[in-house]
Order: sequence, then structure tokens, then C-alpha cells
Amino acid sequence: MKKVLVTGALILLLPTIGLAGEYNLTVDRVEIDTGEFVKEGVGYNGESPGPVLRFKEGEEVSINVTNNLDEMTSIHWHGIILPFQQDGVPGISFPGIKPGETFTYKFPITQSGTYWFHSHSGFQEPEGAYGSIIIEPKDREPFRYDREYVVQLTDKHPHSSERVMRNLKVMPDYYNREQQTVGEFFSDASENGFLNTVKDRLAWGDMRMMKADVEDLQGFTGLINGKGPKQNWTGIFEPGERIRLRFINSSAMTYFDIRIPGLNMTVVQADGNNVQPVSVDEFRIGVAETYDVIVRPKDDQAYTIFAESMGRTGYARATLAPEEGMEAPVPGLREPARLTMADMGGMPGMDHGDMSGMDHGDMDSSTEMAGMDHSQMKGMDHSKMKGMDDSKMTGMDHSKMAGMDHGSMAMSDGGPSDPFYAQGSGLVPEAANGGKFLSYADLKAQKPLYEEREPTREIELRLTGNMERYTWSINGVKYEDADPIRLKYGERVRFKFVNETMMTHPMHLHGMWSILDVGAGQWNPIKHTVSVQPGTTVYMETEVDAPGQWAFHCHLTYHMAAGMFRKVIVEGGPESTQATSSEQSVDVGGDA
Amino acid sequence: MKRWTPLIVSAVLGLGVLPALVSAQERIKDTTERKQPLKVWGAQFEELEYRYSDNDEEVGVWDADFFYGTDNLKARWLSSGEYSFDEQAYESLENQLVGQIPISKFFDAKAGVRFDTPEGPDRTYAVLGVAGLAPQWFEIDANLYMSKDGDTSADLDAEYELLFTNYWILTASLDATVAFSEDREIGVGKGLVSTEVGLRLSYDLIDRAVSPYVGIVHERKYGDSADFARADGGSTEDWFAVVGARLSF
Repeated sequence: MKKVLVTGALILLLPTIGLAGEYNLTVDRVEIDTGEFVKEGVGYNGESPGPVLRFKEGEEVSINVTNNLDEMTSIHWHGIILPFQQDGVPGISFPGIKPGETFTYKFPITQSGTYWFHSHSGFQEPEGAYGSIIIEPKDREPFRYDREYVVQLTDKHPHSSERVMRNLKVMPDYYNREQQTVGEFFSDASENGFLNTVKDRLAWGDMRMMKADVEDLQGFTGLINGKGPKQNWTGIFEPGERIRLRFINSSAMTYFDIRIPGLNMTVVQADGNNVQPVSVDEFRIGVAETYDVIVRPKDDQAYTIFAESMGRTGYARATLAPEEGMEAPVPGLREPARLTMADMGGMPGMDHGDMSGMDHGDMDSSTEMAGMDHSQMKGMDHSKMKGMDDSKMTGMDHSKMAGMDHGSMAMSDGGPSDPFYAQGSGLVPEAANGGKFLSYADLKAQKPLYEEREPTREIELRLTGNMERYTWSINGVKYEDADPIRLKYGERVRFKFVNETMMTHPMHLHGMWSILDVGAGQWNPIKHTVSVQPGTTVYMETEVDAPGQWAFHCHLTYHMAAGMFRKVIVEGGPESTQATSSEQSVDVGGDA
Repeated sequence: MKRWTPLIVSAVLGLGVLPALVSAQERIKDTTERKQPLKVWGAQFEELEYRYSDNDEEVGVWDADFFYGTDNLKARWLSSGEYSFDEQAYESLENQLVGQIPISKFFDAKAGVRFDTPEGPDRTYAVLGVAGLAPQWFEIDANLYMSKDGDTSADLDAEYELLFTNYWILTASLDATVAFSEDREIGVGKGLVSTEVGLRLSYDLIDRAVSPYVGIVHERKYGDSADFARADGGSTEDWFAVVGARLSF
């Protein structure tokens, strides 16, 4: 019996033996020059961003990570499915890597696509400790390209991350320089009427919420592959070539809207998983997400990759050009984003009935109807959806529901809409050229990863916080006070995210895939990070197929540090049942 | 589906080759900083200014705030004073040490002690207060004081910021003191004691850390307190031109 097992294991090992790669990374103090300012930071192999790690699907990798810092470090392989001890979260996967120590990560590569890695210790990641991962698939890819580039974005701030955190705690609007001014009051008043503007300001003042509260951290320089806008990272191409751009958002806090004026982008992959190709003019990349797009510049000219922050307070810029040194015009920033009452729709205890008159200030009469209807619907909507969930809602079609709402409630088309934003939201993106802007609703898996089945249970996670105190939490409880979320190996959990805050939260579950419900049933896209917009409810399902304990958190650095974080424990699994019980005894005693 | 095979491979590998994978007993408790309450400190001079009055009096004034703590509990040292350059003496000098806890979404409660050690008699008070953000963006700080001799008083501090731009900010402030009993020795009469109204136009020069300002301040004493001031040869109403800086570290 034993012999058979060993032989079996050996046979299974054979194909992987040829594919065992060893990689070395050092974690170092580095200098980061953004072209605007120079700053000390953390990097890998002497630079930030770190190297591009190229793996092959089926490979067994060992990665030696040497810590040259004088503090603990760690590397988390973002989006990689692996044994939990290799996941790199101190306090959850392993104790961390001590100064001077070399830790060897070992795990099999069972997937392909674009991913990234970063430190999960303290604020090392926003200080520069990140790099990219490209995994070549075993099989042929369903799209062709002649050339590829990693396009890794970040939002580099002149302040140290410790200082940013402290400033946000002391004064949550410390970095917000897009607040509404006296001037904006008068321009709004001339546009929407004095009384409406006063009403609008009173409504927001009553909530003590700011319309301008879109980005917590302004004043950053957007970097692409470590280069600031002036340094202009350039990717070379020959006209007519298909170029695969692997976009990775490694920002601490910033969502980017990305476009390449003059080029259509075909989105072929999201979070490392192939999607049915969608042709878009622009797309929004949430913090920690990745999107692979294919572009085909036919002309002998330069093209600007323009990544504008969601709040329009900063940008990153790079160039695709036939030759080094060529440049294309750099667009200006669009008007700063403003939240609307619809974005507040998720807040508990809000008087929706009161709101109808208050949207006047920031919406024209057609959008105003939509916003109004939405605010009245909000409560209904949710309760309806809940009821439906209970019966049978796996194949729920968000886009259809939103469509229904439009049809039945809104009197006229109220500007841009996206089922993953609150109806009438001020954050709904619009393509700069008036063309197609990618929505989550457009993402359909190329090949289902799992067999479609009913979720075994639903877990509601309310995304909560208090902007004035800069506390962030899940279900009103910060990580420091929270018990772990316990899942059972083999179940399929439906997570219901209810965003009760006015900020967007990119929720990242480690170790297991997040199957985002876009209403496409078995074609729902497979992601590792799911953005939940203010005032919305988003569902994702997870096949609980990875034993151990995992991190689950908002990927905005300062939200995570302020408490929007959970430990997830997967009980049971193929290993042994006694492991679970012993783990339970450890955890209940210590972690509660 | 294609990913099932490697998963099985890895499972078998895990069982056969990497014994570490099996030992779930190694699962650890999170003792990292992430699991600890976030500790924050702050140091701020809301006012640090030179005042020049309408009767040529020159005064140095500060209003400072230092704190350390977590979301649930902060220790705060509040210091304020007025130094008269003419008399080379502290017209007022007040230090408070308080503990602060959140009591609602936007408000905190404070409790502690206040030591007044200006030129003249000293006083020690017990302090009970609330501070926070009221609707329509009014910063409120209201306190009740009781001295060792049982004299009680209260003050209310309200502040509102008007953004001309995101850097040019006009701050309006109102400070009112009410006494529920007389303390003749320090010139406090029963009833409304005094008000201080200020308008300061500041510019955020370095982030929000250094914001120089100019402004005007109006101080007035009322009722018995005004009578006491007159009897002691002091003024009951003053206008000041002020120049200073708001500092935050």
C-alpha cells in the first residue's frame, strides 16, 4: 500500500521535477526617485519595484528571501493559490522573516496569468516593497500577442507611511485638497440655484460627510514601473504588433482610470484569470487588481498610457512608442469627483425620505430623478434582494436588476450608470472619449474554474467605518477586537458585501478565489480582489478548497491598518480532522 | 477544470514531500501590531500668536494640544496662556490633563484636572467635558469645571472653517465662559464672564503642519466680572490684531 502511494507520488512528481525553479530575492533599503522627489524606501534586489518573477504553470518554485532590513519582513504572493504557510502574512501564515534571515518559500504553481507580490509587514508595501509575477500557462492562451509589458502602478507619497497614517488619524481630511470651497458654492449656486445649493450643503453638513471625500490620500506622484510622469516609462513596439499590457495596481490607496488615447484596449484577463475579451476605451483598476489588455497600435507614433486617479487629483503616465524618446500629448485631469447622496445610500439610519430635495445641488434635473428614485429604492431594493437570495439567487443578474430599476423608476436616462455603482453615484466612470468604459458587469470568465453549484451558505460582511475618527471595520468591529471568520473545507460560501461607508473598498481574500457575481452564472469572473463601491451590495462566492488560515481585508493600506481586516480559518480539509480541533483550541483561547 | 489536476498534484506533493503542509498544529496566533490597537500621537498649536490691542497692549498667546492614545482612550494635555509683554507676566496660564473616550459617532468625553497658574492666585479644577464635531461642521469643545472650593464654571468653544480655497482658510471662533458662582479673588463674577471672538485667515504653507495667519480678536467681560475688572483698573473690552501660526506635528 505504502509502496503504491510512493510510486504514485513519484509519478506525479516526474513532470514537475523538470520545472523546479529557484529564485532569490533580497529585501533592501532603496532610494526611490519619482522625478518630483527622492525618498528612502524598501525594495527587492536593490530596487523598487522589485523584479518581474517569471514562473511556469506546473513549476515547483523555491524562493529564497533574504531580509537585509533591520526590521521584520514578509512577502505575500498576491493572488497565488498556495499552501497557507507560504502565503506570507505574519501572524497568520508564518511568524515573518527576521532581520538577516533567509526564508525559503516553496510552493507549486497551479495557475497562470499576471499577479504581483508585496510585503505584508507594517507599511513596507506602500514604501516600495512590491514586484510583479508573470506565470506562463501550460496550455495555449486564447489570444495572441507579439510583445508584452508589465505596467505596474503605484501612488508614491512624499510622506512616510507612518506619518500618513498618523495624519489621517489626527485629521482625516489632512490630505484632501479638493474640498468644497466658497467659490464652488457660488458656482453651484449659479448653476442649480442659491436655495438648492444651500439645501445641498446643509444636507451634507448635517451628516458631517464631505462630497469631496473620494480619496483619503492626495498629493502622491503616480508611478508606472517605478517611473514618475516626467521620467516617462516607455515601452517600445513596432507598428502593427499586438502588445499585451499587464496592468497591476500596487497603490496604497489609489484607484486609477486608465486609457491610451488613440488605442482600443481588449481586456483579456482580470486578476490573472482569462475573461471573454471585451473591447474598451478606458477601465478603472482597483487597488491590488490586475487587468491584462491587448492593444494594437498600427501607426508609427507614440501613445500615452494615462492613468488618472479616481478622484482626479493625480495621475501616472507612460508611453508606448516605436522609438525611445518619442512622446504623445499628456491629457489634463478631469474635474474632481464628487460623491452624491446615492453614494451615502448604504449608511444605516439615513432618512431616505428626506433626501429627494437634497440632490438638487449636484445633479441636473434628469440625473436628479434617478438619484431620487434610487434613494427611495435603496431600502426596498435590498430587502427585495435578500428575500430573493434566500429562495434561489445564484444566477442573479445584477445588470438585469439594475436595468429593471432604471426602466421602472427613472424617468429619463440620468447620465452614466453601472450596476456596480449606486444609481446616481458620483463615482460612475465615463470614458474620456465618450466610448466604452469597462464595468464589472462586462467580465465573464473565459473558462469556468469550478463547477457551478449552489452556495452552501451566505455570510454578510458590512463594510463599516467612521471617517471622522478614521476607523475602518467589518460589521462594525475592528480586527483588534474581532474573532476569526470560520469556514468549513468543502463548502461554497456566498459573501455579501454591504458597503455602508462612502469610500470604495477593494476586498481581498487570500488563498481562495473570489467568484464575483456579475449575474453570469457559471461564467462569473474569478478574481482575487473585489471592489465594493459606496452604497452598493456586491456578492462573491468562494469554493472553500484551501485549508489553513488566511487574511481577508480591504487592500487600501490605511483602511487595513485601521482595522478593516479579518483572519479566516478554514476548518477541516484533506489533511486530518484532529488538526482542526487542535487549531481550534489554540485559537479560541488566544484569539477571541 | 484544468486547474484541478495541478491541485491534486500539489495535494499529493503536500502529503508525500512536504510534511510541513500537514502540520496544521503550527497554525499561529496573530500577535503582530496589526492585532493591537493603533497608537497615535499628535501635537498641535491651534493658536500661537502675537496680539496687539487697540490700547497698545502686546500679548503672546498660545493654545496647544498634545495627545497619545488609541481610538478607545487618549491622554491629552491642553495648554493655553496669555503672556503680557508690557507687564512681563502671565495674564492667564492654564494646563489641563484629561483622559478622553469616545461616546458617540462624532463626540468624545473628557475628564481630568485643570491647573491655573497665572500671575496672582492659582486654582485647581476638576474638568468634565465633551468635544467633537457638531452638524454643519462646527467643532465644539464644552467643559464644566469645579474648583477645590466648590466654585463651578463652564466654557464653550466653537469653531468654524470657511474655505476660500483649499489653502486659504478663514477660521471663526467663539469662546464663552460662564460662572455659576463668584470667585472674586480671580475676578470672576456670577453669570456670563467673558467672550472671545476671533477671525483668522490662514494659509497652509507646509501641508497642514505650518499655517501662518493674520486676524482680529475681540475680548469682552460681562456683568460682575466686568465690574471687578474695572475696579482692578483693567479693561473690559479689547480689540486685537493678531499674527501667528497654526502648527501641527
